[in-house]
Amino acid sequence: MNWFQRVRYRSRRIAKEEAVTGLWTKCLGCETMLPKNELKDNLFVCTVCGYHHRIPARQWIKLLLDPNTFEEHDVRMISCDPLEFVDEKPYKIRLDESRAKAQERDAVITGYGDIDGRKIAISIMNFEFMGGSMGSVVGEKIARLTENATRDRRHLVIVATSGGARMQEGILSLMQMAKTVGAISKHKDSGLLSISILTDPTTGGTTASFATATNLIIAEPGALIAFAGPRVIEQTIRQKLPQGFQRSEFLLGHGQLDMVVKRNEMRKTLIRIFKFVD
Amino acid sequence: MSDKEKLLDFEKPILELETRIQELRSAAREGGVESLFKEISELEVKLVEAQRELTERLTAWQRTQLARHALRPGAFDLATRIFDDILELHGDRSFGDDAAINVSMANLKGREVLLLGHIKGRETNERVKHNFGMAHPEGYRKVIRLIEFAESFKKPVISLIDTPGAYPGIGAEERGQAWVIADAIEKFMKLEVPTISVVVGEGGSGGALAVGVADRVYMLENAIYSVISPEGCASILFRDAIRAPEAAAAMKITARHAESLGVIDGIIEEPPGGAHRDWDDTAKRLSERLISSLEEISKMNTNERLAKRYEKFRKIGIFHEAES
Repeated sequence: MNWFQRVRYRSRRIAKEEAVTGLWTKCLGCETMLPKNELKDNLFVCTVCGYHHRIPARQWIKLLLDPNTFEEHDVRMISCDPLEFVDEKPYKIRLDESRAKAQERDAVITGYGDIDGRKIAISIMNFEFMGGSMGSVVGEKIARLTENATRDRRHLVIVATSGGARMQEGILSLMQMAKTVGAISKHKDSGLLSISILTDPTTGGTTASFATATNLIIAEPGALIAFAGPRVIEQTIRQKLPQGFQRSEFLLGHGQLDMVVKRNEMRKTLIRIFKFVD
Repeated sequence: MSDKEKLLDFEKPILELETRIQELRSAAREGGVESLFKEISELEVKLVEAQRELTERLTAWQRTQLARHALRPGAFDLATRIFDDILELHGDRSFGDDAAINVSMANLKGREVLLLGHIKGRETNERVKHNFGMAHPEGYRKVIRLIEFAESFKKPVISLIDTPGAYPGIGAEERGQAWVIADAIEKFMKLEVPTISVVVGEGGSGGALAVGVADRVYMLENAIYSVISPEGCASILFRDAIRAPEAAAAMKITARHAESLGVIDGIIEEPPGGAHRDWDDTAKRLSERLISSLEEISKMNTNERLAKRYEKFRKIGIFHEAES
């Protein structure tokens, strides 16, 4: 069995290391040199220190869902450029480049699938696409999926990774927070279960909306999860931040997460939770 | 610093006209010179014209400067001119009382409402006390606690937004800033009483939206509403915070843009030259809108109002669905 047969790329940071080291790669956590294949077979979790490297969105489908059960929704939805936004580069060009780089149309994949035979709805964000930022498309796809899940009585799983709201869509991005939270709230009120899985990194408007509006919140080990990113905080308070600040274990200790779960135990954990509610 | 020194560069021509009019007036009073009256009235026409032009042609950055103007009335400068019997309520019942956001019982022309507003403070010591209007999680928890209180007594909620954003700091993160903003958004989305939000100065990101999900959302003419501060956007996308004016323009943060993007329900015009030129007149305009708007949304039954509120936010967003 090869879980990662269809994967054509890895996270950018790993790819960079590869260029230098060929068949070997350096763990971003402990800097141990590891055989590429060994890391891949271990779901990109370091076999020495347990560091969870970032993985692209589609790998989560294989990690969590029963084989060949994923049915993708809203595949034709793409971002346009409502503000005609130009910074160092026009937003339109950034979008084209991101589509080419991530081989995805935007920063979230949504759809229906099965987990251990149970029919669920799932949305998975992709950090490779403009830092997983939430603009109109991300907001709309998540709201639609959630509304469909409410209608079809399916539990909802969200795998989050995001730099926050997409600045290039201005105030429209901010409003996606209200839109997605509203939809999730109705889903919860219908007696259905929603679970967020927060992965490295999840920050800004995403953390302050749908990613924390769910019934339960799980995080991968060592993930950066924040409202304001560490750089913004350092600039504001002008002092160094404590070790481990805003990492999953820190947040667990401050009562903000239900649990921290390793990548290879995530599916098993979801199945356990579903058993409780049904 | 005198009030005159607090004026912005682009306001200087107006100040010059006003000074000239005043000089002529006192000369006319003393000398009784007929010809001066003609000149004065000509200048007054010019002044009105100049103020009108100023407010119409302002760039996004100039409006940002007006929204943050040292002389601009804050939420409670306006509130005390609009509401009677204001009684402040304190605390989140678990950590503290956040002075960046004020929650009060208030009376709007005979009707009891719960009033929320950011407080930035004006002098340095006040600004520090109110943390420049940047709330911590306990501020939003206080809001959630008290809007639920208002709901149980069927009192409408009015929020006046004026914040650079929710505070980014160690304590804020430890106490769940993101979590509490999501909670506040959710609570406002479902609140069973009529709700109105008005951005009266700065509508800064999640810190504004946390108290900005309402049946009617308005902005004062020179207020701004933005996903990130112009400085923040500039330092990330333009690689230098000094390019904030460009970022402000690119993000289209003005009231007119927000209205055309379907994000707000209307704009409340400010007096000629901006809100800081006449606090009373600004308060009057705001008060009229609050009264008429509250009357309108109070006519709907609760389910209809909640459905419309949801739909309003549900529809926001612009995207494309390709053929294949």
